[in-house]
Amino acid sequence: MVGPDRQDKPGNQDEDAPQDEYARRQDEKVRKVETVISIVLRTGVVVSVIVIVVGLVLSFLHHPEYLSHFSYKSLADSHYRFPDTLSGLFRALSKGEGRGVIVLGLALLILTPVMRVAVSIFAFAYQEDPIMVAVTTFVLLVLVSSFFLGKAGS
Amino acid sequence: MFIILISLVYVWHLRLILLIWICTVVRTILYDIIMNPLDFVILMFLISIVAGVLGSLIGLGGGVVVVPVLTLIFHVDIRLAIGASIVSVIATSSGAAAAYVRERMTNLRTGMFLEIATTTGAITGAFLTTILPARFLFILFGVVLAYSGVAMYAKRHQDRLLAVSTDRIANRLNLHGSYYDEAEQREISYKVTGTKPGLALMYVAGMVSALLGIGSGALKVPAMDLAMHLPMKVSTATSNFMIGVTAAASAGVYFARGQIDPVIAAPVAAGVLGGATVGSLMLGKIESKAIRMIFVVVLMVIAFEMFQRGI
Repeated sequence: MVGPDRQDKPGNQDEDAPQDEYARRQDEKVRKVETVISIVLRTGVVVSVIVIVVGLVLSFLHHPEYLSHFSYKSLADSHYRFPDTLSGLFRALSKGEGRGVIVLGLALLILTPVMRVAVSIFAFAYQEDPIMVAVTTFVLLVLVSSFFLGKAGS
Repeated sequence: MFIILISLVYVWHLRLILLIWICTVVRTILYDIIMNPLDFVILMFLISIVAGVLGSLIGLGGGVVVVPVLTLIFHVDIRLAIGASIVSVIATSSGAAAAYVRERMTNLRTGMFLEIATTTGAITGAFLTTILPARFLFILFGVVLAYSGVAMYAKRHQDRLLAVSTDRIANRLNLHGSYYDEAEQREISYKVTGTKPGLALMYVAGMVSALLGIGSGALKVPAMDLAMHLPMKVSTATSNFMIGVTAAASAGVYFARGQIDPVIAAPVAAGVLGGATVGSLMLGKIESKAIRMIFVVVLMVIAFEMFQRGI
């Protein structure tokens, strides 16, 4: 059985000061890591919501009929065509279609958690925490492989 | 004074416009008159704000609200509704986690550690989709959720926080933590235990969410609360942090299958992000017990839904 935290009981009295110094520095690093991860999430969220709103405005500008007697149902059923491949997305974007811009924003939103995991690897490396680096790298690998599995499965 | 008066009239005026607009929308829904895309987008945006607040508070993501609203009120195809739900889960997760991580409400290390199990579970689930009968799974999952709901309700009088943990993995990885509780106005520190059952449950949670297309938070929160002894608010905040990664793992599949309709997903994403930001400001101030009760009620509703789909 492992006892309580190592930080809780410094082994030697005269090692107390450097121990405290070490713990304080570690704590500062943990703080920095938390801030970085928080910034990554916030940036991803803000950028994607701006792109999505721009895309929505563009769609309404290009299709004035959306504002009058025109049912939303034709845009929300399985016959409505929208970009569902990367090449389709680029085609829609090059034509300046609003829905293409929306899909780009949604893709950025989906990639935000992936970015968060990727940045965490470096953050834990900075914290000099090899086990957490391994854990996070594993999660990123599984995530990335799931994207390829998705391609194969459809 | 004059400015205040003007702004009051202005706000009042806005409220009037909103009221008239809501009346029109209710009429359109009731009498099945053609609703135009602008009305749909605005209405879905407003509903998604509510979904974001609720989802970020209890760590389930916005899907719990978004899917029934889309299918029952707007008669949207269930496949597209599930695509929008995945987007809403990612939006809730990233939107609220930015605040929760900064406030140390999220246990970052525990979350990352458990993601090992949720992501591998999600991949396993994607492979098993065609093999296992979905109806049986819905009933099984309904039973598990109902049981977790009862167990969490029974724990309502105290968060059994540990002072010492004998869990080797938790000690080795230093998964323990503390957070400042605004409602109780004190720093609450806690120890983590039960990492092995926790990992096993997270694996199942990831698998089930890939198999049944439902948010995995419903299993994550009980696992952290019951098996790992995390405080209630830390459980919901950490679940909230993790569901984004699990959902991102399956979002690629949904995108390639053409289930992410931009016209539906856009107002959902924007609304849920707004709601999650509001929710993340509220979590600290609400008492743990209240969060627990809201969670139990929502869990029971989901369990009931699962039974219905299984029978």
